[in-house]
Amino acid sequence: MSERPFGTRYALVAVALLVAAGCGGGEPGGEAGGGEAAPMESPVDPATAGHVSAAVTFSGTAPTTAPINMSSERVCAEKHATQPTEQSFVAGPNGGLANVFVYVREGLGDLQFPTPSAAVVLDQDGCVYDPHVLGAQVGQSLTIRNSDGILHNIKASPSENRPFNVSQPVNMDTNRSFSVPEVMIPVQCDVHSWMNAYIGVVEHPYYAVSDANGSVSLEGLPPGDYVVEAWHERYGTMSTNVTVATGQTAEISFEFTDEMAGSYVPIGAPIDLFHPDGHRGVDHP
Amino acid sequence: MMRPSVVVWGVAALLGSAPAARAQVDGQAVYDRWCAGCHGVDGTGNGPAARTMLPRPRDFTTALYQVRTTATGELPTDEDILHVIDVGMPGTAMPGWEDVLSRAERDALVEYLKSLSRFFQGDAPEALDFGSATRGTDEAVARGREVYETVECWRCHGQQGRGDGESAPTLEDDRGVPIVAADLTQSWTFNGGGTVEDIYRRLRTGLDGTPMPTFSDIVDAGVISDDDLWALAHYVRSLSPQRTPRVREVVAAELLTDRPVPQTIDDPAWQTADRFYVPLAGQIVVRPRWFNPRVDGLWVQALHDGQDVALLVSWTDPSESPAPQWADYARRVLEVMGPDDEGAATEPGAPDQLVVQFPQELSEGLERPYFLQGDPRRPAYTWTWQSGGGGVIEGVARGMGSAIPQAPEAQHLRAAAQHEDGQWKVLIRRGLATDDEEDLALPVGRAVPMAFQAWDGDNGERGNQGAVSTWYFLFLRQRTPRAVYVAPPVALALTLAFGVLLIRQTQRSAGAGGRSGPGESAQFEASTSTEDGGIR
Repeated sequence: MSERPFGTRYALVAVALLVAAGCGGGEPGGEAGGGEAAPMESPVDPATAGHVSAAVTFSGTAPTTAPINMSSERVCAEKHATQPTEQSFVAGPNGGLANVFVYVREGLGDLQFPTPSAAVVLDQDGCVYDPHVLGAQVGQSLTIRNSDGILHNIKASPSENRPFNVSQPVNMDTNRSFSVPEVMIPVQCDVHSWMNAYIGVVEHPYYAVSDANGSVSLEGLPPGDYVVEAWHERYGTMSTNVTVATGQTAEISFEFTDEMAGSYVPIGAPIDLFHPDGHRGVDHP
Repeated sequence: MMRPSVVVWGVAALLGSAPAARAQVDGQAVYDRWCAGCHGVDGTGNGPAARTMLPRPRDFTTALYQVRTTATGELPTDEDILHVIDVGMPGTAMPGWEDVLSRAERDALVEYLKSLSRFFQGDAPEALDFGSATRGTDEAVARGREVYETVECWRCHGQQGRGDGESAPTLEDDRGVPIVAADLTQSWTFNGGGTVEDIYRRLRTGLDGTPMPTFSDIVDAGVISDDDLWALAHYVRSLSPQRTPRVREVVAAELLTDRPVPQTIDDPAWQTADRFYVPLAGQIVVRPRWFNPRVDGLWVQALHDGQDVALLVSWTDPSESPAPQWADYARRVLEVMGPDDEGAATEPGAPDQLVVQFPQELSEGLERPYFLQGDPRRPAYTWTWQSGGGGVIEGVARGMGSAIPQAPEAQHLRAAAQHEDGQWKVLIRRGLATDDEEDLALPVGRAVPMAFQAWDGDNGERGNQGAVSTWYFLFLRQRTPRAVYVAPPVALALTLAFGVLLIRQTQRSAGAGGRSGPGESAQFEASTSTEDGGIR
């Protein structure tokens, strides 16, 4: 996709990382100001922009999700009114499928976007990651929060980015960031083997995660043709073409089906840079 | 760590020899010859021998290195990579190469390993500043124990550090294969080294690619202080013996003269009895083989009272197999480690087991039965203990796994077992002599060959698939003859008396100018020789 020389991007990322990480591997509470380090205006004129609205649904037989036995972790068990279940499949009442990462995969050309100064937050609350699926921009600060006050370790295992594995034995925040795009980065807690999450890292702000109604909106896109991809941890990826016109909201839909169970699920697959053909996912028509 | 290598490089640069030497060595050739067998020609850790190893050999393409001086997720420095090549990784199959390869070869290897991953294209990583160790006072160790509680090390490593924490059965490494929480009571098996400095560094950097996280962030956040982290390192170090245990061939059983052998595990007599360390290795001779033994060593204590002998054998084992919470762990171990050998275990659920083995008959020479439970010509006489209340059974074996239990009326062993904080303690007692001709009578004052085998059922071990030792000896000490205690003081006293008398005599004769009478001198000699005779 992008033909920009690596050097520029890495330099920006390196600066952002330095700010984010401080000098000794992370300064908790410190704002990671990717935006401060590289002040940049958005290249998109809001007056000409359009939007994409996606409906993500699931049809077929819903898989069973195992209940999580938290009896050994009283602090967490008490935070849940009912016994929590694993989050690999969360569907809404009207066929909506939650926790689907939807993002613009192609079509932005050489546009460069500022790194948001606000951090995205990954909370650990009741021995569950909240949210279970989230997105971040390259270089954007990710605040990992322990709201449980018991030991969690946060282990991110990317393949394009560098990994990390941080312990949080008390209520605290830890900041990290990722330097290159990667969909998706798995995160897990080794103390509580049921805890896992996925982070999608892209170079632009056009990503969102579906809610229980399955709805997603990508706002403020410059007019043009795009490839939008939807990623689900069980059913893999689907992509669709969409044309965005000024002031209009283009509607697209992704219908995941039970037949897609067992599909190739790209995890830690590169989007560009090292694999210019896009990632190695198999697209469903 | 850094300073010596800087000096070395400085000297090398002055001499101008290092760059020239490096240019001459082909790192890939060194790698292909010495490393590819395990790490694979492509560096992905999938060499022909990799299947017999857990943890699996490092995949160099991911640039994930456990032992570093850099922050979590950062690349290792060249010195970090060289250090691991030099000293190896204790507790794993990775040996040290310092004595095998030249410095130039090892340097070339570092460069080649880096070339296997695109991550090494950027700037060189920087080592963290670790400061210097605090003093390992009793207060520091006590504070370290508190920190161990605060930062919840016990979650994986267990209350007493034996890798038996509640999260231990679910752990896996970056390749998704099961990984154990380190047994903190065996510092000589710590992957990154067992000194206080090594431990502190691992706490600061984490062990990337494993579940072990960094604790730098909580120091930066002020949750604990840097001194606290050093205290934790001192505490962890204190869980292991001060020195790596020396392997002694002879397990000596002291003679108890004023009491019978202990019948219980918590009998105070065990606290003073000498402890002997017996290393174990996977049974890889007889099929089905086992390359991943959990039990890598036993502590053996022995006492006898002239009538009975008692052995107390202790070893780290996180669970009392079969434990439900470990069943999935065992299944995963079998998936990745099950050899293709016929008859290999495929299902978890086996108990833990200990075998103590002797020759069925002592030979006059040095000949012993085959170390794996004897052979048809020279059978082994075995004591087999199993978890789950099965007690301990006497048997006779003519080869690994062939033990036939003796008849119920011919069983003479008494056992007690205790599993606590990730450790088994098994006490086995028997009369030195029994009424059964099939049993080996245990002679006092003579070295009796003895060997051990141990199984952890929750590690997927059963049948022939366990850990084994080579032959050792059990030596029941003799009653010490009273003369040993009496003779030296008597001899000393007499020598002293003789000396004093001799000096006096000499002084007197010198002063008087006269001679000593021959009668007196003869008297001394006579009395001395009489005592000598008595001693003999």
